[in-house]
Amino acid sequence: MHEWALAESVISTVSQIAKKEGLKEISEVKIVVGELQQVELDIFKFALSQLKTSELEKTKFSIKVSKAQFQCRVCGNKWSFEKGNLGEDDAEAIHFLPEVAHTYIRCPKCGSPDFEVIKGRGIWLESIKGVK
Amino acid sequence: MVDPRVNIINERLAAVRNIIAVSSGKGGVGKSLTASTLALALAKKGYKTGLFDLDFTSPSTHVILGIGNVKPKEEKGIIPPQVHGIAYMSIIYYSDEHATPLRGADVSNALIELLAITRWSELDFLIIDMPPGISDATLDIIRLIKQIKFLIVTTPSQLAFETVRKLVKLLKDLKVQVLGVIENMKMSDSGFIKQETKKLGVPHLGEIYFDLKIEDAMGNVNELMLSSFARKIDEIASKIVV
Repeated sequence: MHEWALAESVISTVSQIAKKEGLKEISEVKIVVGELQQVELDIFKFALSQLKTSELEKTKFSIKVSKAQFQCRVCGNKWSFEKGNLGEDDAEAIHFLPEVAHTYIRCPKCGSPDFEVIKGRGIWLESIKGVK
Repeated sequence: MVDPRVNIINERLAAVRNIIAVSSGKGGVGKSLTASTLALALAKKGYKTGLFDLDFTSPSTHVILGIGNVKPKEEKGIIPPQVHGIAYMSIIYYSDEHATPLRGADVSNALIELLAITRWSELDFLIIDMPPGISDATLDIIRLIKQIKFLIVTTPSQLAFETVRKLVKLLKDLKVQVLGVIENMKMSDSGFIKQETKKLGVPHLGEIYFDLKIEDAMGNVNELMLSSFARKIDEIASKIVV
């Protein structure tokens, strides 16, 4: 349940930005979550609702999942993340630490672990709207 | 686009009084053994201690400690398990015995993720076993952890010290505290390292003679703590806690 830890980082960052920008009320926060994180969105949303501070009382959190895509550095092949191709333990390890994708995923064309995660990794605040 | 994980890191480490990166310019000088033994020595002295293996591509502290099948607990993040009296965190929980080839950006991302989701309890010391050199992990640790202090390990080799010299200069330029230099695997009475360390203006914390039996103590913490290596580390730990 490290969704809670990620939600804390979102709330803490939004609060810091609100303070810096002098925002008294925040109406909307747009969050992008990489598919590779395999975040349980219900838990993440619940954690956000539980953690929100006074200036976030009326905030709408919109969460978009960015599909994960890889590109092999050896042969140039591009492919998408398929959780179903992984064992349960391997998928869970990637959930906690997405970089271990390089441990459990190989380029389907040439077998190399030397690939780039082009999209769908990490968590980002895309925009914050509020009133001063 | 803002990465929110970076903002929470110093909050996660707020209850840790001292964070010490055990580092060197070169590999194979005994960083991991020093970091592990130092963590054990501090715990033995009664300090609440954590050990974080940051050598993501070549972790080895789990072998030194013989951690068995422990796993972190999930509770609003990741809680490192207690191993031989220290809170222990490593990529090994997720990579298992497999190779994890990572490029620089991946190392940074993994470091940010683990620092953002790991919930350390109140600690007197968090010891970080660093990968060698002055690339991504070292730069990230300096960037992300405001209160970081460095403890540097070298061998008596001029080649090892040449890289240490660069590391110390970088740390001084960046105004990062250097606790001192440990001279490991000493085989002669040469005063070269002591003399050169003095020139750099950092403390020479001690010299550890090559311990022929240390290999037999890998994975056996009781035996490790009885070694001449551990006795010297214990003396150095006493200097650090002052």
